[in-house]
Amino acid sequence: MKDGTMSMDVDVGLIWLETHQMIKFTSSIKWEKSQKIMSNKFRLSSGGQINRTERISFKFNGKTFYGFKGDTLASALLANGVHLIGRSFKYHRPRGIFSSGAEETNALVQVIKDKGKTDPNIRATQIEIFEGFNAESQNCWPTVNFDLGAINNLFSPIIPAGFYYKTFMWPANLWGGYEHFIRKAAGLGKSPTENDPDIYDHKYYHCDVLIVGSGPAGLSAAKVAVKTGKKILLVDERPSFGGNLAFADEELSKINDLKPSEWIEETCTELQNNKNIKILNRTSVAAYHNYNYLIMMQNLSDHLSEKEKKGKIRQRLWKVRAKKVILATGSIERPMVFDCNDRPGIMLSSAVRKYINYYGVKCGNNVVIFTSNDDAYETAISLHNKGVKIEAIVDIREQSSGDLPKKCNELGIKILWKNTIIYTEGYKKINNVHVMKLSNNNSCIIGNKFKINCDLLCVSGGYTPAVHLFTQSGGKLTFNEGKYYFQPKTTSPNQISVGSCNGTFGLKKIIEETQTKTNEFLNLNHNDQSNITESKSGNFENIWLLPSDKVSGKTKPFVDYQNDTTANDIKLALREGYKSIEHVKRYTTTGMATDQGKIGNMHALGIVSEITNTKMGELGTTTFRPPYTPLTFGAVVGRNVKQFFDIVRKTPIHEWHEKNGAKFEDVGQWKRAWYYPNKNETMYEAVQRESKAARNGAGILDASTLGKIDIQGSDASEFLNRVYTNAWSKLAIGKCRYGLMLNDDGMVYDDGVTTRLGDNHYIMTTTTGGAASVMSKLEDFLQTEWPELNVYLTSVTDHFATVSVCGSHSKKILEKVVKNINFSNQNFPHMSFKEGLVDKIKCRVMRISFTGELSYEINVQSNYGQVVWEKCMEAGKEFKITPYGTEAMHLLRAEKGFIIAGQETDGTITPVDLQMDWIISKKKYDFIGKRSLYRSDTMRENRKQLVGLLTNDPKEILEEGAQIVEEVKSKPPMDMIGHVTSSYYSPNLNKSIALAVVKNGKKLKGKKLFVPMSDKTIEVTVSDTVFLDKEGDRLNA
Amino acid sequence: MLEIKCPYCGKRSQNEFSYGGDAKIKRPELGKEISDKEWDNFVYYRDNPKGKHSELWHHISGCRQWFKVSRDTASHEIFKTAKLDEDL
Ligand SMILES: [Zn+2]
Repeated sequence: MKDGTMSMDVDVGLIWLETHQMIKFTSSIKWEKSQKIMSNKFRLSSGGQINRTERISFKFNGKTFYGFKGDTLASALLANGVHLIGRSFKYHRPRGIFSSGAEETNALVQVIKDKGKTDPNIRATQIEIFEGFNAESQNCWPTVNFDLGAINNLFSPIIPAGFYYKTFMWPANLWGGYEHFIRKAAGLGKSPTENDPDIYDHKYYHCDVLIVGSGPAGLSAAKVAVKTGKKILLVDERPSFGGNLAFADEELSKINDLKPSEWIEETCTELQNNKNIKILNRTSVAAYHNYNYLIMMQNLSDHLSEKEKKGKIRQRLWKVRAKKVILATGSIERPMVFDCNDRPGIMLSSAVRKYINYYGVKCGNNVVIFTSNDDAYETAISLHNKGVKIEAIVDIREQSSGDLPKKCNELGIKILWKNTIIYTEGYKKINNVHVMKLSNNNSCIIGNKFKINCDLLCVSGGYTPAVHLFTQSGGKLTFNEGKYYFQPKTTSPNQISVGSCNGTFGLKKIIEETQTKTNEFLNLNHNDQSNITESKSGNFENIWLLPSDKVSGKTKPFVDYQNDTTANDIKLALREGYKSIEHVKRYTTTGMATDQGKIGNMHALGIVSEITNTKMGELGTTTFRPPYTPLTFGAVVGRNVKQFFDIVRKTPIHEWHEKNGAKFEDVGQWKRAWYYPNKNETMYEAVQRESKAARNGAGILDASTLGKIDIQGSDASEFLNRVYTNAWSKLAIGKCRYGLMLNDDGMVYDDGVTTRLGDNHYIMTTTTGGAASVMSKLEDFLQTEWPELNVYLTSVTDHFATVSVCGSHSKKILEKVVKNINFSNQNFPHMSFKEGLVDKIKCRVMRISFTGELSYEINVQSNYGQVVWEKCMEAGKEFKITPYGTEAMHLLRAEKGFIIAGQETDGTITPVDLQMDWIISKKKYDFIGKRSLYRSDTMRENRKQLVGLLTNDPKEILEEGAQIVEEVKSKPPMDMIGHVTSSYYSPNLNKSIALAVVKNGKKLKGKKLFVPMSDKTIEVTVSDTVFLDKEGDRLNA
Repeated sequence: MLEIKCPYCGKRSQNEFSYGGDAKIKRPELGKEISDKEWDNFVYYRDNPKGKHSELWHHISGCRQWFKVSRDTASHEIFKTAKLDEDL
């Protein structure tokens, strides 16, 4: 019981930690209270794209801060010196802001709104602040500064990869003790407790060219695309345009002598003035499906204050079908994987560049930069020029031939070539890094370890093309061995990738290549000559997992920050025998958090590739699935909520039912009157009363929902012969006949009464639920199998309202309502049809019955339905006419042993199983499903067959769906030979009745069977299926 | 979501259509005596090819016409659509 002992350790540990750390916890509260509202001491006095004239106050973890219009929560917090945002998922390690965009893996917050309204898992790097904005840390308890779950960090050696899988395999009784602990630790954020009051919208959109991303590539593509004069759509997930160019160092590159930000502004103005292009910001493509069908979510008011939000749509889901798509989704910077690479104050180099250049925020005062490429040097120069001290640049490369390192040298910035960081210190914020020299082949570290103090570490492991949407669309990737990333290889001819998402880096190359490719793609020839100056870039070197001075069990080199997966977990998974990258992913959960591994996936792959000695290209990537960034449920649902959630079909008599207190039942999309309880009546009591009245006096039912198909054409009779099991050619005009429809497999599909209105004219009724599918099936046969038949089908379900009046007084009522029909048995016998008038309203009257009583159905044009219903009610007053609902209807037909397709049948029942052999024509040469009735399986004697069941205690009502056995055992399993399909207490027979399908049922009449329930076993006797009026006297009364 | 060209209405989104199975299945002639095996093949047995497949689609939320589609089951590429009496 090793595992059991382990569980004890954890529990004891928790208690120990609680008592000892509670003291610290109280002191940390004091510390928080003593802090004054901090000013923006990390904000530069000028510069950036924020609106410094609009000061905004907001709350984070209950404390008030201020920022500026245009700030994200992340930039505003960093301006206030706040790095610590939350705790990690598994080990509850302190985590800070890591990036500046959609790729954020750590800084997820809970946005607090009005009572009960809250949004979990919001990326602090994307959400824009507004006056009154309020957010809290999540996944930490009781506070972010002191978190009890951090015990997981101390116990981390026992929470290895596959911990949860292994836990689930423990004996169930141990799991019980663990459940509370694990449930509390698992999950991110809190769900809202109230209904979402916001408005969401859906929009369909068609365009000629969709451009995704507005960086230098997207903007260049748009400039070319507008020349087509066609409908262009340009979208970007950020509030402003320009992509990563928007925060490039203003002095290092120029386009046509313009600074990057000036070029972006000029280009956007030019585009916005063009009527052919629509430009959307804050719009993120979530999914890219086949045939250029893209789902995008536009944020319309999340960035506005509560006052400005009022009455506005929150988010809009765009469903776009584009003739052509240009992907310009850019690239995402990679981190470096080394021991304790996750502390607050460790950030992506490009993010730090964005904060200083775009938001005017310095993320630290003493900075170390750790890189494998030249791009990080641009960050160094930006920081240096804005007065931030660069303590050192630690570069894993031997040297670089690029311009920027040279420039850094000139600026006096210390560069440590061929060095690596092996460890960092600082619990809630980094305070130093440990550096060592790399060996020649990068496999280990050499020389002496030394420390550099710092409050910010910028990491840059190169860039990964953002190919998520490309692969979602079905595009195939190839691994670029020299540059260590996957890039687009082949895709549909109606899509191209341009810029860094295509593996093209460097401003000049991106713009020029985009122009050429877009021209080709859109069959144009418009080349703007751009004059671009930029720095020459040096080589790039890559190490997936940096060497360490410790044994691997003692280190925490994080690969997936959000799911707390380290390189060691991946190694463990491989040791335990996982080989496929998809399996490693699931076992370690790397890449499975809300960020889908945007930051760490490549390292996970790289580490697996190195250890298994498999080429990256052969290893393949894991699948990128939609959505690219999480969607809200609100946006997905749009306006399809409450009464708009699904289509509701009401009969023309619905209003009357409502007014008269009917309870409704959903039958497909229809609302059907279920029963009409009198004051204080239970459902059971109401149904008993209604059933009795319908049999003994007069009942009235709204049967408008039954499917009605008008069938005309010279081959109409032949067509019916083929689709029904019985014969139709000889049915006289004005007569009705019950028909059973099978599938080709011989199983009952639908049933209903069809009436011959004329030589070549029938009206077919179907079940309420089967109407649409029967129509499709009939069309299918007419179009694909028997196009030679001259038959026309029209669905007329909604054209007619059907009022069904039954009971011994029904004839007298009909005589009062329909004046011009002779209702004598001779003139108007059972199963026949007459046309008549209710006042001036034309009606079709069928004398057909589903209850076994004398019964008439009046069909009138829909809009007269309620009038005719009310006339019948009025005429029936003297006979105490009683409206009855579907429940009583079901009871009444069960008394007669009439089946309901879909209740007695379930796609495995033939007409023979139903003991309805009489309806199978022996003379007809064929009908749908006929041949199947002669298969050995359908002719088997011991199939499940329809029988009646009577309970030995006549008061005992069986449960529909209950299983039937021949022999009762003390406990399951028992051999089940069938189940109850319909069961009621019959008020007309004063006993419980049931229909059931039972194996070999035909031969079991009179036999005792058992229905075992959880608390008792019910004895039943097999009976005939017809319980009442076997001779049918009442029908012909 | 596929974009399917109904031979009667033109290009429409997949959600207007319903799939109707293998277009090459031949229904046995009405009333003809056939073996269990032949009948079972017709009712139950279907190929499940990876690649080009001829299938029936129903423009159920449109003109309600059935028609033929030649589609790659792996890439979803639609090569051609045709009326029932036309060749694919
Ligand atoms: Zn169509």
